[in-house]
Amino acid sequence: MNRTTKDTTLGIMECPTVSETNSRLSHKQGRIIKERVIETLLFLAALSSVATTFAIVFILVYESIPFFQHTTVLNFLTDTEWTPLFDEARYGIMPLVAGTLVTTGVALTVAIPMGTIIAIYLSEFAPHRVRETVKPFLELLGAVPTVVFGYFALVVVTPLLQKIYPDLPGFNMLSAGLVMGIMIIPYVSSVSEDAMRAVPMHLREGSYAMGATRFQTAVRVVVPSAFSGIAAAFILGISRAVGETMIVAVAAGMQPNLTWKATESAATISAFIVQVALGDLPHGSIGYQSIFAAGLTLMLMTLVFNIIGFWLKKRFREEY
Amino acid sequence: MSASVQATLKAEAKDLNFYYGDFKALKGISIPVHDKKITALIGPSGCGKSTFLRCFNRMHDLYPGNRYEGEITLNPDNVNILSPKVDPIEVRMRISMVFQKPNPFPKSIFENVAYGLRVRGINKRSVLEEKVEVALQNAALWNEVKDRLHDLAFNLSGGQQQRLCIARALAIDPEIMLFDEPTSALDPIATASIEELMDELKDRFTILIVTHNMQQAARVSDFTAFMYLGEVVEYNDTKKIFTNPDKQQTEDYITGRFG
Repeated sequence: MNRTTKDTTLGIMECPTVSETNSRLSHKQGRIIKERVIETLLFLAALSSVATTFAIVFILVYESIPFFQHTTVLNFLTDTEWTPLFDEARYGIMPLVAGTLVTTGVALTVAIPMGTIIAIYLSEFAPHRVRETVKPFLELLGAVPTVVFGYFALVVVTPLLQKIYPDLPGFNMLSAGLVMGIMIIPYVSSVSEDAMRAVPMHLREGSYAMGATRFQTAVRVVVPSAFSGIAAAFILGISRAVGETMIVAVAAGMQPNLTWKATESAATISAFIVQVALGDLPHGSIGYQSIFAAGLTLMLMTLVFNIIGFWLKKRFREEY
Repeated sequence: MSASVQATLKAEAKDLNFYYGDFKALKGISIPVHDKKITALIGPSGCGKSTFLRCFNRMHDLYPGNRYEGEITLNPDNVNILSPKVDPIEVRMRISMVFQKPNPFPKSIFENVAYGLRVRGINKRSVLEEKVEVALQNAALWNEVKDRLHDLAFNLSGGQQQRLCIARALAIDPEIMLFDEPTSALDPIATASIEELMDELKDRFTILIVTHNMQQAARVSDFTAFMYLGEVVEYNDTKKIFTNPDKQQTEDYITGRFG
């Protein structure tokens, strides 16, 4: 008796009626259509960012063409003066590149050591509570508007530096670079710290078991293991410094100046673009087109750093 | 019991308790560790054998909330290595460890083996070269790697990496070597080579090994401690444990009736 009931139940489950089969099928088709729609939406979202990048590159190149008909690429790269807005215009990008590289260099001499040391401390030494308190404050540093940093450089750091070097001009790359370095610290430290914390505990234990101290473990095992992530952090910092605009525009000066001395005043590529973009130059004038050539140069510079970063990441990627 | 009579005492756990926070993981453990012998710790998962092993090099000090009670005395100086007055780094300088999963550092083969020497401040090239070679020979790896000492250690196979970790632990001339399930992540061939290696090392080094594999314990060790729920149920000559254990529980475990 009991057995019969059981068999019946099983029978129903195994052989669904015709109407049931149909409703299941239509349900499946509905699901397929829904999946397709979602997939398309996701694809479009991904496409939009790629399309934007290509559109920017296209516009930079397209708008630079008339500029390079006016002057040659060779002249652009070798001329030592950048005065596209003057009557006797000169189109050498080098003064702006020099300004960008010097401010970036100063910023990195602050941000890379400081950022790495902070990351090592937070990842390997700081007690849990300290880390959880310090990290948000550090990340807040990255949230300060850059124009505030610019004024900080101009009205606080420059006067302080002038006490040490009385000859320092009011606008100078040293002050702008130092403050920019402080601004970049959280970018470097945050990504480096994540990379170090991702180093598996069994590698640290291996080091401690050999009689290593915390410091030896951090420097000899954790940092080399996390090197690909740390390199990515450095590249992120460099890209940020190369493209940074407000701090240098406010504190480093607006005069293109071919110099490698940080104590002088000079304009960077980004500062020049701001200067022109804010002015009232007619569209299509050579001065207007010069910002596209400058923008293209800036983009190529960051591209080179990103390629180096990509290579470093691949070269030093560790499989734990 | 003949082996234990001849052997001298290298270390001894005396009424050792260990706590992870409030959880008492080891309960009153007292066993000897004989000099130049292999002592195996066996028992089901979670019985505390790895916890006990990691007391010997104060590995638990790395994590907050862990607490030791009782003693592990280390001879010849008869010092309690668990005493808060003893620097865990000093302990680890004398007692080295090989882990469950091979964990070479992201360095060359040479630098991996030289690591323990370098952290001791030994940087003289000739000394390092000699000690690295001896350690690699003792770990039966020298012939396979002598032409590529400066390759990255990650390029070695799993079994080679584990022998590299053994060489790293050997290079510092440890007084005791701790092996925490050293073959559990390896294939049978690599396992056989590690076991063969341990057999060669047993006359020269004091070894304490945790293993899940009872055949392994029976094959390589001189003494065996069977642990269950944080306690040592039985400690004896390996032969005695595997042929004629005193306790029913031990027999049940080694014959595969539980665990």
